[in-house]
Amino acid sequence: MRQFFIPRIEKIEPSQEGVFLSQGIARGVKPSKKIVELYSTALLRYRELAEPKGVIETISVQDFSQVHSGMGMNEKKTPLATIYPQSQYLALLAFTLGETISQEITRLFNNNDFALGSMLDSVASEGADMATRVGEQEFYQFLMVKNQCEPSITVLLYSPGYCGWHISAQKRLFEYLRPEEIGITLNQQFLMVPLKSITGVLVAGKRDIHIFKNNYSFCHECNHRSCKKRINELKKRDKEINNGHIKSDLRASAKGRGSKSI
Amino acid sequence: MDILSQISEHLQKGEDQKVSELTKSALNQKKSPREILNHGLIAGMNVIGDQFKAHEIFLPDVLMAAKAMAAGTAQLKPFLIKDGIPSRGKVVIGTVQGDLHDIGKNLVGILLKGAGFEVIDLGNDVAPEKFVETALSNNVSVIGMSALLTTTMGVMKKVTDIIQQDNLSAKIKVIIGGAPVTKAFADEIGADEYGYDAGQAVECIKSMTGQN
Repeated sequence: MRQFFIPRIEKIEPSQEGVFLSQGIARGVKPSKKIVELYSTALLRYRELAEPKGVIETISVQDFSQVHSGMGMNEKKTPLATIYPQSQYLALLAFTLGETISQEITRLFNNNDFALGSMLDSVASEGADMATRVGEQEFYQFLMVKNQCEPSITVLLYSPGYCGWHISAQKRLFEYLRPEEIGITLNQQFLMVPLKSITGVLVAGKRDIHIFKNNYSFCHECNHRSCKKRINELKKRDKEINNGHIKSDLRASAKGRGSKSI
Repeated sequence: MDILSQISEHLQKGEDQKVSELTKSALNQKKSPREILNHGLIAGMNVIGDQFKAHEIFLPDVLMAAKAMAAGTAQLKPFLIKDGIPSRGKVVIGTVQGDLHDIGKNLVGILLKGAGFEVIDLGNDVAPEKFVETALSNNVSVIGMSALLTTTMGVMKKVTDIIQQDNLSAKIKVIIGGAPVTKAFADEIGADEYGYDAGQAVECIKSMTGQN
């Protein structure tokens, strides 16, 4: 299966709270009216300029092992190396918000409109973050329509450049997925252009396979710790299901930064 | 309230047009560019810096003030160039080779300029040699490097290695920052300082250049 998707902008519109957090404004703190207005302006600009596009393509475990190996630069032990062989289905994902929004951020900075530029950057990063979840849901829905999985399956995205999966694996990922079709290219340092883009592998499998202890050799140098957040959300959801608060575990993926390149 | 205090007040409120007008008026009133810069613009940014450090205001407030600072300095620029008024120091900044993310680095540059430093911004994807060459040719004492990816952090070590190999440690200090960068990593590669965020990076640079 190879499927293109264009999410509605409302689906990838970040919350005020999420954007403020990335601007260093903690939950529960009330920022000035000026800052709230700045957020509204940035959101309007985001709605106007974002050109969201994504592509998903299924991949076998065998083929993915080649993509995962990349150029042989991964850490010796990584969570993904343990997770993907236990998956039921795998798909590669690429998503971009397009170049126009990055150009606008640069333009704002060049015009000394630093606050709006920075706010728009946060809005776009959070928006791309949300696209991760949209991609997970797209793949989940595809599997459900095809009756290929149990509804309780969990789909999460893992990306090169994080959690010991070396960014050079982008090269093989690009060779397989060809995201150039949606306007994403790779530079010599394996970074994506436009910047507000994400790639990775969507891993569909039992919830437990996604749960791991973050005690890998590289974990002590990591400031993200988003894996912890994702795992906690999975566990929390388990509890809710067990307690009967959630009847059906549709759209099982937890919202989280995952591992991505923003 | 005298005009310099007014400049400082309006700068703190992020009122760039007002700051620009007041700076022009101050020049017309024969205030010296140095006075306007130090007692109006930088004085205002110092208050902003202190409030930011104390978590009384947030990054967008600082950036709005920085825009007002830029509006004021644009009025002063021709006079500052003519008079050759020295800055608080020069800093070379850039995002390391292989990395295209420059928002964090840009924020540090904006805040440094706001604090009165001269900033040589090398942009992104900067080769290790370029940092050192630029610092030496411009007589710069601080190099600031940023990286967003764990895979590009290694370039920072190449810069500290060059500095050590060429016995430049006494002349050039290094500060690093960026999402994956930690204090432990800074220590490991022999960087002099680690900036947790843009505000803290500026405080570190002030202290590295004897401004604190």
